[in-house]
Amino acid sequence: MIDIAIHFTFGCFCAAMILTLWKILRAEGVGDRVLALDTMVINVIALIVLYGMRFNTQMIFESALIISMFGFVSTVAYARFMLRGNIIE
Amino acid sequence: MEQFYEILIVIFLVVSGVFGLVGSFGLVKLADPMSRLHAPTKATTLGVGGVLIASMLHSILIEGHLSMHELLITLFLLLTAPITAHFIAKAYIHRHVTPEELPDPGGDHGWATLQKDDDENEVS
Repeated sequence: MIDIAIHFTFGCFCAAMILTLWKILRAEGVGDRVLALDTMVINVIALIVLYGMRFNTQMIFESALIISMFGFVSTVAYARFMLRGNIIE
Repeated sequence: MEQFYEILIVIFLVVSGVFGLVGSFGLVKLADPMSRLHAPTKATTLGVGGVLIASMLHSILIEGHLSMHELLITLFLLLTAPITAHFIAKAYIHRHVTPEELPDPGGDHGWATLQKDDDENEVS
């Protein structure tokens, strides 16, 4: 029963990834693209954790943590660049 | 008892999957950029939090060992999601909104996002 639920959640997050990819390609402004990239990183973290549940591995969680940190830093850097024109003043 | 644990984990997984999908669908479907900011920062964060809780319950109840990595990731995501939303909203105000459209902030200074560099030098 858990396997079916994991596959259902996999499908949901894969569809969410496709929607965010569509939004990155077809956004009206830069802010929407940055927001879509942030959402995509969060979806990737969910997919990694689901993979860890499905195949019973513990090793994969460190990579999820590192990707979440990279996603946060990159989003903040993009937002600073939109706001100021440079990242580190 | 095993059956009850499985049902609990399945409920968490299905609810979080639906929330994640709704968050990204709102990103595509909502009309104006500031309402588009709501869907991913709230619904998707809730969705990934549900997946992490389900993973933690799975490792404790089914596999029988305690795992703390998920708590770390949950804490980090819940801390950083409002910060990124705030930064994106600030950038939107800076690029698209004129000072006449905004309400009066009520302090001695105007909106910090829209201040010129010269004004900041005068203040400090």
